[in-house]
Amino acid sequence: MKIIVCIKQVPNTNEVRLDQKTGTLIREGVPSIINPDDKAGLEAALKLKDSLGAHVTVLSMGPPQADAALREALAMGVDEAILISDRAFGGADTWATSSTLAAAIRKLEYDLIITGRQAIDGDTAQVGPQISEHLGIPNISYAEGIEIGKGTVTVKRQYEDRYHMVKTKLPCLITALSELGAPRYMTPSGIFDAWQRKIPVWGRGDLTIDDSNIGLNGSPTRVKKSFTKAVKGKGTVVTLDPEESAGWLVDRLSEKFVI
Amino acid sequence: MPIEGYKGVFVFAQQVDNKLAGVSYELLGKAQELAKELNCEVSAVLLGSKVEGLCDNLAKYGAERVVLVDDPALETYMTEPYAYALSEVLKKHKPEIVLYGATAIGRDLAPRVSARIHTGLTADCTGLAIEEETHHLLMTRPAFGGNIMATIVCADFRPQMATVRPGVMPRREKEGTVRANVEKFALPDIAKHVNVEILDIVKKVSGKMDIQDAKVLVSGGRGMGGPENFPILEELASALGGTVSSSRAAVDSGWVEKDRQVGQTGKTVRPNLYVACGISGAIQHLAGMEESDIIVAINKDPGAPIFEVADYGVVGDALKIVPLFTEAVKRALQKKATA
Repeated sequence: MKIIVCIKQVPNTNEVRLDQKTGTLIREGVPSIINPDDKAGLEAALKLKDSLGAHVTVLSMGPPQADAALREALAMGVDEAILISDRAFGGADTWATSSTLAAAIRKLEYDLIITGRQAIDGDTAQVGPQISEHLGIPNISYAEGIEIGKGTVTVKRQYEDRYHMVKTKLPCLITALSELGAPRYMTPSGIFDAWQRKIPVWGRGDLTIDDSNIGLNGSPTRVKKSFTKAVKGKGTVVTLDPEESAGWLVDRLSEKFVI
Repeated sequence: MPIEGYKGVFVFAQQVDNKLAGVSYELLGKAQELAKELNCEVSAVLLGSKVEGLCDNLAKYGAERVVLVDDPALETYMTEPYAYALSEVLKKHKPEIVLYGATAIGRDLAPRVSARIHTGLTADCTGLAIEEETHHLLMTRPAFGGNIMATIVCADFRPQMATVRPGVMPRREKEGTVRANVEKFALPDIAKHVNVEILDIVKKVSGKMDIQDAKVLVSGGRGMGGPENFPILEELASALGGTVSSSRAAVDSGWVEKDRQVGQTGKTVRPNLYVACGISGAIQHLAGMEESDIIVAINKDPGAPIFEVADYGVVGDALKIVPLFTEAVKRALQKKATA
């Protein structure tokens, strides 16, 4: 069984701060990590490697620095890692990103593709389903459980108020939720081996894909502008003893006819 | 076809178990505004099995036409039959704009459709407007975990598609009885597109009100100290006629269920009153609640960011203040009832 896991290297957005004076993002010193949902997908693939002897290949599309994310995946136990990197791929929206990843995946053999549900820097959840559409295979999103049968996969598919047990034939693409389980740590020997490995880099010339489907020019959407949210006028803050505080709040809410 | 040939605003009207999702009404509310500016019609696309009874409701909330694909294969949501049916509708009608709820269904269906019909898709929008000069749809969404907002355009492809966060767009209900103008869209081979099998459907039983429907939310964070202290929030919520929600910290610590979570990775809420208790107010949390009409914050730390958005802030221990606040609310309500 062959599994491909797609991962993205992202800035840890929990540590991004706003410069209150200029209203811009402070990106310095913000660590890069493997996107959490993708890491849950990696863990799910590695569990299938443990139980079924699956062969796991990890792909990442990004700048040369994304190499570090791939080495971390190798140190966790994946078999192969490939970096998809070229200036020609830069500025891609989800459409162009997914068509580029699909072109890379077409060069590989696979039974199962796993992506994270969404990345914490973009929060779109679009690239996984779009890859499967480009490849013409079924997708099952929001997976909180995965079980492999004979040429089939059964997924516990999460919705807001329920879950479905969904079964389909392989090959198939699944988008992973953190509910799949906490990712394992890198092992010391894994780390050592990972840093010895040569990670192949696939560029523009390695993929069979039209120029109109990659990078900024292949992206139907563009960012027109970005801005920080207008800060609402600050209200009243008081420090009183607990009893007075309670009374003060009730008086304010009564004034506003909330109570 | 040149993009000028695309006309109309379409809304994917999500239904589950023959009940329309709240976000479908919200999308129709926004669609009416957009259609007015573009001088075009609002249509809802309804997919399902034996769902024709929902059409009048869609009309009441703003759909001038309902395109109905009714087929047994569409009874329960599955990606491929839905993607197929919707893509066929869009290929035939060529709308200028298509809106979806950013739900567990919409966020699966919309990307699949966008890849199929080759057009752009903007996720999780919180603002939609028409650009005056170009008539392009301006799609605004939080990015970087809610740290910044980005406005996205899809200038050269049609339809312009967006998923929209539930809870952020206002509903616009029409007066009186409104009959739907239903167009039955015949598609004979949908069953052939079923490529998965649903073995089981398990519903989560929750006796609690959905936090997106609540008019009053009493929300607890890390400052509540532990799950044993959440009952005091329940009591305040019950006195105010609301329900309890929480920050991500409280969910991650396992104190409350995930469906109670407010914020960027939880739900967006805009109740009449939001009471934040022991919540510091990380930017991801604020992204989910700052549109609330009135925000009350109770927190020990006077420097907590929650006080930046609060209308009324009290510096102090929520564990001590909340029970007294509950009693004071009850007294005030009793006084009002006897007055």
